[in-house]
Amino acid sequence: MTKTMIVPDAAIAAAKASLDDHVRTIVRWHFSDESGSPFWLDWKEKAGWDPAKDVKRFEDLMHFPHFQDEWLRDLQPEVWAPQAFKGRPFNIFETGGTTGMPKQRIGWDDYKTDYSEFSEKINDAHFPRNHYWLMMGPTGPRRLRLAIEHLANVRGSSCYFIDLDPRWVKKVITNKQFEQAKAYMEHVVDQAVTILKNRKVSGLFTTPKLLEALAEKIDLYQAGIRGVFCGGTTMAPQYVRFIVEEVLEGKIGFYPTYGNTLMGLAASVPLRPQDNFSITYYAPQPRAVLRIVDPKQTEKVVGYGEWGRVELTTLTKEFFMPRFLERDEAIRREPREPYAWDGVAEVRPFGAMEKNIVEGVY
Amino acid sequence: MGIPHLPVLRLGRIYESLEKTELADHRTGEKLLSISQVNSGIIRKDLAKIGAAFDALQKIPTSKMLAICAKAGEFFLNGTLPFGTAGETQTAQQYVENLSKTSGLPHIMCRRNMAKVHHVFTQMDTILKGLTRGMDLRVVDEGFGEQAGVPVSYFPATKALGVVLPSNSPGVNSLWMPSVALKIPVVLKPGREEPWTPYRIIQAFIAAGCPAEAFGFYPTDHEGADTILKACGRALIFGDEGTTAKYASNPAIQVHGPGRSKVIIGEDEIGNWKKHLDVIVESILANGGRSCVNASAVLVPSHGREIAETLAQKLGPVNVRSSTDETAALSGFANAKMAEWIDGTIEEGLKTPGAEDVTAKYRNGARKVVQDGGIYLRPTVVWCENFQHPLANREFLFPYASVVEVPQAQVLDLIGPSLVVTGITKDAAFQRALLASPHIGRLNLGALPTNHVSWDQPHEGNLFEFLYVRRAIQRAAV
Repeated sequence: MTKTMIVPDAAIAAAKASLDDHVRTIVRWHFSDESGSPFWLDWKEKAGWDPAKDVKRFEDLMHFPHFQDEWLRDLQPEVWAPQAFKGRPFNIFETGGTTGMPKQRIGWDDYKTDYSEFSEKINDAHFPRNHYWLMMGPTGPRRLRLAIEHLANVRGSSCYFIDLDPRWVKKVITNKQFEQAKAYMEHVVDQAVTILKNRKVSGLFTTPKLLEALAEKIDLYQAGIRGVFCGGTTMAPQYVRFIVEEVLEGKIGFYPTYGNTLMGLAASVPLRPQDNFSITYYAPQPRAVLRIVDPKQTEKVVGYGEWGRVELTTLTKEFFMPRFLERDEAIRREPREPYAWDGVAEVRPFGAMEKNIVEGVY
Repeated sequence: MGIPHLPVLRLGRIYESLEKTELADHRTGEKLLSISQVNSGIIRKDLAKIGAAFDALQKIPTSKMLAICAKAGEFFLNGTLPFGTAGETQTAQQYVENLSKTSGLPHIMCRRNMAKVHHVFTQMDTILKGLTRGMDLRVVDEGFGEQAGVPVSYFPATKALGVVLPSNSPGVNSLWMPSVALKIPVVLKPGREEPWTPYRIIQAFIAAGCPAEAFGFYPTDHEGADTILKACGRALIFGDEGTTAKYASNPAIQVHGPGRSKVIIGEDEIGNWKKHLDVIVESILANGGRSCVNASAVLVPSHGREIAETLAQKLGPVNVRSSTDETAALSGFANAKMAEWIDGTIEEGLKTPGAEDVTAKYRNGARKVVQDGGIYLRPTVVWCENFQHPLANREFLFPYASVVEVPQAQVLDLIGPSLVVTGITKDAAFQRALLASPHIGRLNLGALPTNHVSWDQPHEGNLFEFLYVRRAIQRAAV
């Protein structure tokens, strides 16, 4: 594969050095008695090695086993609170569309950091400052709800919210109650149409399917929308093309992102003609690192341009999560300006080619 | 150089998708065609603009449409027509060869289906006469007129006919073609394994002067098919009960499910059964047994065992031949899993007491055969002791029929929905009973094979009455 927008080797090396430095700081933080969380301190006792001493660079994280997401479901949230945050109440965020006891991540300021940084990556022409946003998507216990409001706020804007409960959608689709799913989607979209008809809104956050449904009910550009920030589900190249050309008709800025409660958000690089609508995302390194690994040998990354399973490592003072295997697969891509690290492209549910995955409207 | 590509037609506009599927030679696995796939959103986007396509078609007089059809028939049968995104073309021979390779149909059957489609194109006036019961077609152009001395007025019930096509046989396309002649645009989802024929028919129509915007050709997924069915004001769907059940109660969607066509012999003619054997064999075997008009059950008042045995003697030895052999009677399966499922279902059914695969002893081998890399099913006649047996009223995609003895007095209560019934009887009372049966879609009275369809008769519902609604009309001078 030829490099199409070469990032200088020196920049890649500098980013790697910065990542290693960050890894040492974060690991030391979580595994020292003064600042660490009960979970990781307890883990260290049983592990028989001291990550604070032994982890010197990112590759040393391979000594950790894959993070088990059941821990986030089964344990009380306070076990994740680093000692240094003691006394500060935390937010409890839950992950997407599962049923039963959800996975929870606690946090304080990480989402603000992530979204303040993301604010610098979106264009004022598409998301005018000091204006209004609309979020139509999963609010409730999700990090995303506060994150979008923060994003609007740091840009001097305020945000309207329309909730979509992905757990309900998943349930009705799994039960093959497609008419109910459709009726619920219409209920959500109708509320957004009402807001757009009666309020001035220029920025929109939603999921691709809801965006498609909304655009069938209202002319988004005429309604004042100039930028759309999208996330949530698989966006294969043809679907991205459909959104860009048919739904947004080339008149509205489109910012696909890949993210979740455990990572934060990975922004995409702008599409170029040679990308053929294949979106590449870059993790907010060094706070999170995405690797595309061989599903059968997860310590190894696949080659550039090859499919593999997405592995996420989150590295903040609030949360340490090494080597979590996401339920996604993606193509590994080379660094591309302004990012001096690997990207992940065409993310889709892990095993999507082999089985049908319920994604629904979310 | 890559393999040829079949684009989407977005109301006449060629569109190459980034998402593609491939069709392969059913024997060698060699990739022969890539096909653009689109999502349901693109179809809805286009349907929002269907009004312009409808207007373009409506302003052409029906008489001119008939002339276009006649010309298109020639293009379809013999012409070199556009095929692809960059000026590529397809000859009639290439069409036959590729259709045969990917569908498994031998050339001779491809050509027979071609002839059928050609016939529909060129005999469109007869077909419309049948559908409208001889109405002056200017009524369609002007919205009102007279029929048999009575004022009539018809208005279009829809701006497009949606069609979700199957892959079983190219001839099935003949069912939507009159829609174009009746000036209603078509929005088609081709069968996954048979996009060749609808695309060639569309190109023939366009080459003959039909506005290109009258045609939507959308290879798509289940969601896209659902959109076509629900968003067009009128639609046709083909498939088994599993696929079509959810649309059965929707009056805007005409469901074309399994045919379960039958040959029924009356008590008066059963003594002459040997005379009718050829009719029964053709009903089962024609077109490789792949059509809904093929007989899948032979119901007789007596002599059932002998009839089954004699049919088996004729059908059992029918074997696979080369795709170019003019006498080839069996079609390969593009989808090997389908053949395996059918074979397995029959074997499973035979475990229920009261049935015998009578053909087994005349086949000299297994039902399922692999030849030159292709997978085939050889004809199967199953004798069933009663009509309740799980194999008695089944339809499969190959020459398959049950033979069952059922008393004449009970047979019409038992048959259930049957697309075509050939009723071999001279008994006036039994003929009346056949005529009165609500289960029979098409009735062939006398020794006519089930696959013999007369084009001036409606097929599974009258397409004209589906597309046009009659309204009451009275006129005063001022």
